[in-house]
Amino acid sequence: MNSVIVCIKQVPETTDVKINPETNTLVREGVKSIINPFDMYAIEEAVRLKEKFGVKAIVLSMGPPQAEAALREAISMGADEAYLASDRAFAGSDTLATSYTLAKAIKKIGDFSVILCGKQASDGDTAQVGPGISTHLDIPQVTYVKKIEEIKENTARVERMTEEGFEILECPLPCLFTVVKEINEPRLPSLKGIMKSKSAKIHLLTAQMLELEEDRIGLKGSPTQVVKIFSPERRKGGEIYSGAAEEGVDKLVAILKKELYA
Amino acid sequence: MSLHISKENCVGCTLCVKACPFAALTMVEKKAVVNLDLCTLCGACVAECKFEAIALKREKTDFVNLESKGVWVFCEQKRGVIQSVSYELLGKGRELATKLKTELCAVLLGHEVEQKTQELICRGADVVYLVDHPALKNFLDDPYTNVLVRLIKKYKPEVVLSGATSVGRSLISRVAVKIHAGLTADCTGLDIDEHKRLLLQTRPAFGGNIMATIITPNHRPQMATVRHKVMKEAAIDPKHKGRIVKETFEEDTFVSRTKILDVIEEISSTVNIAEADVIVSGGRGMKGPENFKLLEDLARALNAAVGSSRAAVDSGWMPYSHQVGQTGKTVCPKIYIACGISGQIQHLVGMQSSKTIVAINSDPHAPIFQVATFGIVGDLFEVVPLLTKKFKEAFE
Repeated sequence: MNSVIVCIKQVPETTDVKINPETNTLVREGVKSIINPFDMYAIEEAVRLKEKFGVKAIVLSMGPPQAEAALREAISMGADEAYLASDRAFAGSDTLATSYTLAKAIKKIGDFSVILCGKQASDGDTAQVGPGISTHLDIPQVTYVKKIEEIKENTARVERMTEEGFEILECPLPCLFTVVKEINEPRLPSLKGIMKSKSAKIHLLTAQMLELEEDRIGLKGSPTQVVKIFSPERRKGGEIYSGAAEEGVDKLVAILKKELYA
Repeated sequence: MSLHISKENCVGCTLCVKACPFAALTMVEKKAVVNLDLCTLCGACVAECKFEAIALKREKTDFVNLESKGVWVFCEQKRGVIQSVSYELLGKGRELATKLKTELCAVLLGHEVEQKTQELICRGADVVYLVDHPALKNFLDDPYTNVLVRLIKKYKPEVVLSGATSVGRSLISRVAVKIHAGLTADCTGLDIDEHKRLLLQTRPAFGGNIMATIITPNHRPQMATVRHKVMKEAAIDPKHKGRIVKETFEEDTFVSRTKILDVIEEISSTVNIAEADVIVSGGRGMKGPENFKLLEDLARALNAAVGSSRAAVDSGWMPYSHQVGQTGKTVCPKIYIACGISGQIQHLVGMQSSKTIVAINSDPHAPIFQVATFGIVGDLFEVVPLLTKKFKEAFE
């Protein structure tokens, strides 16, 4: 088996993204950047594969220079090498341009058997970049993987979550998996890992180094365009009843009846 | 590609600073200044500026195929059953097709599903593109992608819609990359700019804290996946007429690199939370797995599904497939009943678009009450069984 490559994204810690009710804008004070929560499971799974098969776990991100912090955190959890695709030319990338750029970065990094991604990022929630990467690389994919049951002789057997339960799939390697929370419990960084992460080299990948087609990256390579951003209508609380249970339940039954059979 | 601020036009009103989701704009000597290291060129400030002081310089590329026509709905089937999100999309698709003065087309892939085409026509499809092949019985990325790409290349639709399900999100992402199309995920609102023939795609981002409207100006088809339970199902009209177009492709189109070994259904006893009209959900306040029986009783009376907060899943009281919230599923039922759930933001983002929210919690200060349509402050171990009993009585 060859290396495992994990693609991660640095995102704002969404719990901190709140709306100021007076100005109706995002409150940014104290918004920290974190590794996309779903990517933590991908990193953990990569480190487990590394421990089991003795292969390299390589972590890759695309973003501004400060995304380096996310890569260092991944190293502290046990990743061996880190690459950051960062260039002004990447700004404004939508999922098509992002997955193209990451696919080219993966080709540059070299041979691999497995690519792991979180099922989606917590800021954009698109779930499109993982499948986009596998399509650009023309390798098979399995999305929503909740368990890697077995890997042997360049074939993997995995469990894929569906709305009703799960499927067991067999796929040839190399393959891309997007993973869900159920797959594992991410470890805390070890002291040794933290020490290593501080001095680890973060390999920078620029547009020029990746030999990208200019009209397929950044804003120009992005077919979708955001034309408007606004706050959703905030839900207002309704009636809160705190009297005798009997009376509250009667009111509730009336509401349910109306909603169900109106 | 860059953001340009005209010092002449800028009046220092700070609207753009407030609009920027990435804190990339600041005021320097009463003029807006952009920090390009933080700016992602999202364009939020351009839309907000009232003085035409900000411009996003974009070189125009033109991939619009003027021949493209038709609004397509990828109609997902599982074991031969059309999924309800497909009917919702046919409902919305009819509205979009009317505005574009074009046909509404359903795309159906499966095995021995021809009898289902009539159902799609009754739901408003003017054309049903049918590809029937043993390899399409269950969803697999490779054959489904190959077939849909070939259909799109042959018939050149203007708009392609699919449910944002575990199938739709995998499949449509791959198709969009293959044909270099723009794709907007997880939309909650769709409309048409009739003049420019553009699909206006509105979706939540940042866990539902902001909404964004997205367009695909220069590429066709315009593709979007759409959330469940947001659009209204198309009504059944047995008189609606439509034609069926059967397509076949050479065998290598149907080859799959991945293989399904087994399909396991876990949620057969309870209703699937993504599909449910009513969800009864429990959190830390349930105090233990044995107490979820109370919720199951209520769910049975209401014909509801049982959901759960992350706290209850992490404690091992409920399987992950029932988890609602940021790291679980996003649901949008008609009625969501939260029992013993405090309402952390991570939970709220998964359920706050439900039509009616009911909260039952002993803590009057629990944040869940801030979003509840109706709340009862009380002991859920008293309230829930009483509710089950009274609801049953009301329908006897």
